[in-house]
Amino acid sequence: MTKIAFPQMGDYHIPASYLLSHVFPNDQIIKAPKITSKTIEIGTKYSPEFVCTPFKYTLGTMIESLEQGADILIQMGGGCRYGYYAELQEQILKDLGYKCKIINLVTKGETNFKRINNLLKQINPKYSKLKTIYYTFVTLKMVKYMDIIDNYIRENIGFEQIEGSFESLKEEMLVEFSHIKNFRHLYRTYQKYLKKFHKLKTHKPDNRLKIGIIGELYTIMEPFSNYYLEKSLAKHHIEIKRFTNVHYLLIEKAKEYKKIKKYAKNYFKYNMGADASDNIARCKYLCQKNYDGIIHIKSSFCTPEIGAMPIISKIANQYQKPVLFFSFDSATSQTGVETRLEAFYDMLEMRKEK
Amino acid sequence: MNTVGIPRSLFYYYYGNIWEDFFTALKINYIVSPITNKEIMDRGIKTSNSEMCLSLKNYLGHVDYLKDKCDYILVPRISNFKNSNQTCTNFWAAYDIVKNIFNINILHYNIDLEKGQTLKKGLYKIGKALNKSSPQIKRAYKYAIIKHKKQVKKNHQINQNKLKVKKTKILIVGHPYNVYDELIGKDIIKYLLKNNIEIIYSDKFDSKITNPLSKEISKDLYFKYSKDNLGAIAYTRKKINGIIFISSFPCGPDSLANELAMRKIKKPYLNLVIDDNSSFTGLETRLESFLDMLGGKLND
Repeated sequence: MTKIAFPQMGDYHIPASYLLSHVFPNDQIIKAPKITSKTIEIGTKYSPEFVCTPFKYTLGTMIESLEQGADILIQMGGGCRYGYYAELQEQILKDLGYKCKIINLVTKGETNFKRINNLLKQINPKYSKLKTIYYTFVTLKMVKYMDIIDNYIRENIGFEQIEGSFESLKEEMLVEFSHIKNFRHLYRTYQKYLKKFHKLKTHKPDNRLKIGIIGELYTIMEPFSNYYLEKSLAKHHIEIKRFTNVHYLLIEKAKEYKKIKKYAKNYFKYNMGADASDNIARCKYLCQKNYDGIIHIKSSFCTPEIGAMPIISKIANQYQKPVLFFSFDSATSQTGVETRLEAFYDMLEMRKEK
Repeated sequence: MNTVGIPRSLFYYYYGNIWEDFFTALKINYIVSPITNKEIMDRGIKTSNSEMCLSLKNYLGHVDYLKDKCDYILVPRISNFKNSNQTCTNFWAAYDIVKNIFNINILHYNIDLEKGQTLKKGLYKIGKALNKSSPQIKRAYKYAIIKHKKQVKKNHQINQNKLKVKKTKILIVGHPYNVYDELIGKDIIKYLLKNNIEIIYSDKFDSKITNPLSKEISKDLYFKYSKDNLGAIAYTRKKINGIIFISSFPCGPDSLANELAMRKIKKPYLNLVIDDNSSFTGLETRLESFLDMLGGKLND
């Protein structure tokens, strides 16, 4: 029996372990422990000096799950240097004396069926292809539903009347999602919770502040790495709009690119790598839809986003909108983030009153 | 008469010869920005975002220097060379960054072999934009390419010959736009030459030989220029005494690929990361002790 683990990101460990437990029913799936400051400390200690922060986070969780006895780690790649993480991480872990294997499902932001088949065979040669395909689709649907509900939560959580009502309901939903049997069951559960969420009482004033969050994908989706930015915004009663989620990255991104390019053609002509071009278009969208402010977050040294930053500030200047740039690092302090956020929030309030 | 400005940074170190010959053959005026000096670097630091890598800052400095001295500035975009040979995302974005930061006329072309955008097509596009006829462009392109190929072959030969010399040999691993730049890597090279070291450059090997060899060190690597570097290490590792890695802070591909190489090769190495505050005195101390160490090893 092999023990499989994967680095976690936000709440997406639920669909991921759901899929893995159905594809490899005889193996054990290790749920990575929640990211803490200790995780980053370990990750930073063994990482190269100026690699981007997601590398440190994922390395930290990998070491922690290896301590729990995992022997196979699963990593996914992106369009920038994220796709190259796995090989170096494997070497670092080997040098540290761990015996493990890293399976990199996506490199360079692209992959194909044959490659995945070969990789999965390495984990368990007798895995069922048909089941895998079926459960992949179920999982994709689950991710889609989760993202829809997350979007609804983001728009409303700042205005909840009973404190914590959204979060507790979401937790309830995630537990039920991890025991889904088939498509129909999934759909019914989703509908049930969507209704429940809509029934939760909120109080939304008309002159509420609206903020759009754009930036690098890992930092946006893993709340620990952005110091619970969304939570602190919600505390200030702000409506949040966020574009990046797993469903977008896996399915919509490829389809949307042409549209985005046309929409923001004054600002960029070529794909700038990872989500940089997307973020430029989103910045324009947020400005045109009259959002009060934009927050751009990224991990430090994220090359594509650094390239996009001058363009984003140019757009914001043209539309006279404030932008707050955050660059998160393992050494960033929570207080520093909060102070800057508070100042930003005060500034938005004053602009609104004018 | 139109004048084209060529920034002496990043792309120049890969395509400079071709551009110069191409424009000369077409009888187009061009100016190349001077060798990097303090003023240019400061201009770059001022115009760029503080987190950009030193090489990109340097590039923007050169563009800034040229902006009111010519009618067009040549800023290409290089994306990939097929078969998982990507470039760094700064190379993808350079055109858009320059276009948004500066208010200038840009001559540009795109190299994206996966989509069939080749250098030939790019140079044709530039020739057309400068009102030259197809036969003229064809002649100029042929002239430039043949000359470039000869030069490259010569470089390969020189590098190969250097490997046979009986002196302390050090492989310099770094991108040409860092290694040959006056403010970034030149001082290091000068210091080594002064100390009677034979320098072998990682980018001056035939990439047809080195690219497949890079698999010995890294299987998944998909950055073209890092592949050249690691391939050179794999190719020369039995013939050299030490390796010096030169990279600019914070270079994306280098941070991973060089780290992997350092972990896998069993050779003395020195990793120099240059940023906009680094002074040569600090580097000199490190270089000195590295050479001392190599010397000690040689005497054994």
